[in-house]
Amino acid sequence: MLYINCPHCGLRSQNEFAYGGDATIKRPELNKEVSDQEWDNFVYLRKSPRGKHLELWHHISGCRQWIKVERDTSTHEIFKTYKANEAIK
Amino acid sequence: MSQDFRLDNVGMVNREKKISFKFNGKKYFGFEGDTIASALIANGVHLVGRSFKYHRPRGFFGVGVDEPYAILQLDRNNERDPNIRATEQEIFEGLEVKSVNCWPSVNFDIGAINNFLKMFFPAGFYYKTFMWPPSFWYKIYEPFIRMAAGFGEASIKHDKERYEHKYEYCDLLITGSGPSGLASAYAAAKNGARVILAEDKPRFGGSLLTSDVNIGNQTGVEWTEKIIAELKSMPNVTVKNRSQVFGYYDHNMLVMSERISDHLPKTQKYLPKQRLWYIRANEVLISSGSIERPLVFGNNDTPGVMLSSAAKEYMKVYGVLVGKKPLIFTNNDSGYETAIEFKKNGVNPIILDTRSNPSSDIITEAKNLNIEIKFSYVVVAAKGYKKVKSADISRISEDKRELFNIENIECDCICVSGFWTPSIHLASQSGNKSKFNEKIDAFVPDKSKQQENTIGSANGIFTLEKTIKDAFDKGFDVSNKITKKNNKVSVPTVVEKKSTDHDKFWCVPLPKGKSYKRFLDFQNDVAVSDIELALREGFRSIEHVKRYTTLGMATDQGKTSNLNGLQLVSDIENKVVPQVGHTTFRPPYTPVSIGAIVGREVGKHSKPTRKSPMHSWHEKNNAIFVDAGVWLRPRYYKQGNEGLFEASKREAKNVRQNVGVCDVTTLGKIDVKGPDAAEFLNRVYTNAWLKLPVGKARYGVMLREDGIVMDDGTTTRISENHYHMTTTTAQAANVLSHLEYYLQIVWPELNVNVVSTTEQWAGAAIAGPNSRKLLMKLFPNLDVSNEGLPFMGYKEADLFGIPAKIYRISFSGELAYEINVESDNGYFMWQKIMEVGQEFQIQPYGTEALSTLRIEMGHVAGSELDGRTIPYDASLEGLVSKKKDFIGKRSLNRSAFTSTDREKLVGVVPIDKTTSIPEGSYIVKDPKAKLPNPKLGHVSASCWSVEYDNPFSLAIIKDGKNMIGQKLFAMSPLKNKTIPVEIVSSHYVDPEGKRVRS
Ligand SMILES: [Zn+2]
Repeated sequence: MLYINCPHCGLRSQNEFAYGGDATIKRPELNKEVSDQEWDNFVYLRKSPRGKHLELWHHISGCRQWIKVERDTSTHEIFKTYKANEAIK
Repeated sequence: MSQDFRLDNVGMVNREKKISFKFNGKKYFGFEGDTIASALIANGVHLVGRSFKYHRPRGFFGVGVDEPYAILQLDRNNERDPNIRATEQEIFEGLEVKSVNCWPSVNFDIGAINNFLKMFFPAGFYYKTFMWPPSFWYKIYEPFIRMAAGFGEASIKHDKERYEHKYEYCDLLITGSGPSGLASAYAAAKNGARVILAEDKPRFGGSLLTSDVNIGNQTGVEWTEKIIAELKSMPNVTVKNRSQVFGYYDHNMLVMSERISDHLPKTQKYLPKQRLWYIRANEVLISSGSIERPLVFGNNDTPGVMLSSAAKEYMKVYGVLVGKKPLIFTNNDSGYETAIEFKKNGVNPIILDTRSNPSSDIITEAKNLNIEIKFSYVVVAAKGYKKVKSADISRISEDKRELFNIENIECDCICVSGFWTPSIHLASQSGNKSKFNEKIDAFVPDKSKQQENTIGSANGIFTLEKTIKDAFDKGFDVSNKITKKNNKVSVPTVVEKKSTDHDKFWCVPLPKGKSYKRFLDFQNDVAVSDIELALREGFRSIEHVKRYTTLGMATDQGKTSNLNGLQLVSDIENKVVPQVGHTTFRPPYTPVSIGAIVGREVGKHSKPTRKSPMHSWHEKNNAIFVDAGVWLRPRYYKQGNEGLFEASKREAKNVRQNVGVCDVTTLGKIDVKGPDAAEFLNRVYTNAWLKLPVGKARYGVMLREDGIVMDDGTTTRISENHYHMTTTTAQAANVLSHLEYYLQIVWPELNVNVVSTTEQWAGAAIAGPNSRKLLMKLFPNLDVSNEGLPFMGYKEADLFGIPAKIYRISFSGELAYEINVESDNGYFMWQKIMEVGQEFQIQPYGTEALSTLRIEMGHVAGSELDGRTIPYDASLEGLVSKKKDFIGKRSLNRSAFTSTDREKLVGVVPIDKTTSIPEGSYIVKDPKAKLPNPKLGHVSASCWSVEYDNPFSLAIIKDGKNMIGQKLFAMSPLKNKTIPVEIVSSHYVDPEGKRVRS
């Protein structure tokens, strides 16, 4: 079970969180012309890399904040966690 | 009491306390502190089971968790427990155990015929034998496998025992209380670290219990007692026996199962049977020791053949002799320790040493004790069926390929030692890649992967002096990283006998003309010949060889067999073991009971049960409840002999004719507040929200980004910047997460806050033509006329002194209102509604009538919004704004979603107006068409229309809008029904929506 450092609450067990997928995906702006390809990329296509991955987690049984977690998908090592609005370093 | 194989005054069992127990129905005695194994051996019983494949007789092979044979079924306090290792289970008064995998009895087992049919059970026999013809599977193969397979029978009764889960945090977890565990725990505890020391056996000390050593001028046992007593007295230390750390998971989370009551006749009132510990440790020291390796020779599975360390432990800990004419077969010095112990207890062993001329302190001691030693000798085969009676032995050539004259000598047990295998399971589970240590012919942990270190013999260190020194250092080092107290204790002096190198030889060649089975995996009956066959058939990867032959796949996970299997594969392949590699170690290290894994989360504790504030009223009024997510909701209120059908019909009819009241507390409620709330709702919902005035409600549909409908509900503008959103009961939690996601991640610039208020409000829906009259009486000071409180209007008012919110919304097709009060006032509100409503023939209605009412008016719910439908499919396209953008809008342009013949919501009525259509039925054109019959769509919900008094269903069918008026068929292969139907509008009742606006 992962041990995730919520930037708002501190170290908490994985079972307090829900996984939210790739955090680098950016939603196309509202009211903007979007090609089928662009929209498909946003809705469906994800990279699923082996190694470092910046991803969203929702501290659902805690502060209810969405946070960003930089995690190695093969070793589960967590390098850093960020608040939703924090700049990624 | 006389026990033929019990030594006087030796061992640690409590001779003051005799305990009787039953094995296969026969009564035996043992002492407090005995395991089933030690007590049975004391009574001369060695035959305890049958092997998995060939049903060969099985005795005892080990003395602990590595035991591959002695797996029994236990009856305790009217509960049945399968898969109990006799070497671990302590006896208690009244214990009853029996053998498994044998029928009709362990002495005469029909399955043993497999032993003579062994040509049919080669490696991979499952894949070969049971494949053809396919028709044989159900009737012949499966019943055969089921009857023959498995250890024990699981109980099908509800387990009355209690199991607990516990979460714990520590600086340092130490797994095993042998010399390295004790030393490191002591050093770390003295340095101020919070330490948990876990021991899987009842007694602490590990190898110190049986080895002839001296630490700080004390015997191993004395030193153990001293250290344990001191650790127990320290507030920063938790010491646990009967506790197995069985899994090493991510981020230094380890799981330990503590057997609290398994050794007692009955679980005490305030104690659980077992407790599962989830331990998050800053640091872990793995001190799980090592397991003796078997030597492989003909019929080496015969009862009486066992590990030499086990024989020694039976003597020293339990005071039990495993035999009186022991043969010790060894390739290293460990066998000598066992022989010396036999000799000290008046038994004359014979040692067969595969080495030609070794010399060490221990060998000298054995010689001085006049123990007979034969160098360059091997056991060729054990003789005897249910117990060893003799052994064929032979001198072996220097290159270990040739046997000389085979002679037969009498013996009643053969104690084998093929050197030691470190237990690297936990280290490996942590992600540590192991490395092969040539000197000990075994894998040891490599670089630490998580915060773990392996110490003592688990790390391949087999001298006590180095073990103790290293463990003191490690205990200090890892604790000092955390506590920084620099409090170092001195290392005691250690005196031990020096031993010499082991012989790498491990498998005795077959004599000419003999085809003895030489077993590697004792539980799964995998012999040398099976591995040879698998390799001949082309299996190369060790993972494939494992699965094909089942080597190491039994409940003991190959603790005694893995390494010899690897040796064999490398020998045949002319490789070295590290090239072959080992298979993956996975948790659990030892079997864990399902009860412990589940813990308290059984029955109604498996999920929370949520009840509305009116629950007790429903109970008093004969409500029959149904699970709605985690909520309990009244399904119907039973009157007299009514069943579900009659009651729900009566309740729904009363809504259409008079007035009904339904508990809608369970609906999800979310407060949406902030200056940008309107803009946010406008993006979340498909319809327009910017112009909704204060005091008005609106029905809304929200999509996922892929265009699929996520949820629907009404949202009311309470004040300028405050909205009250409702969701369906099932989607409440998902919708909240969804809103939070968009506010926090996608549009953080929006100044909006959302919070769940589901639990804060109790809700009652009042529906039916009399509902306004009822409302007038409930709120005499409020104008509830159609003008004063129009459809989709909202008012706050006083309900007999309590504040209430009134929403004029309807999901029943009738004039209807929803009243919300603070949860604490819910019961009062309900009582008042029932009391005042009496004169208007009010009746409560449950979820079944609620469903009927919504189906009749064609209002979609979860069965239509099933995660596959877009707004068009559910006839919600009228709510999709063309002017503004919203979540998921772009997806609606995708070609599949714009196709003109998409499935669409319709109504379905049986032509005969009497046959109900099962939910899930297919709608087809021709019921006699060739299978698979082309499917037009499916029936999503069915009810008995109280308006028309005939069955009515909703369906989602292809090109639905053009199918109205068609005569089709509803087919339910499951219920074996084909019903001629007519497709009608989904708005079966009040299609113009006059009543809700009246
Ligand atoms: Zn948090």
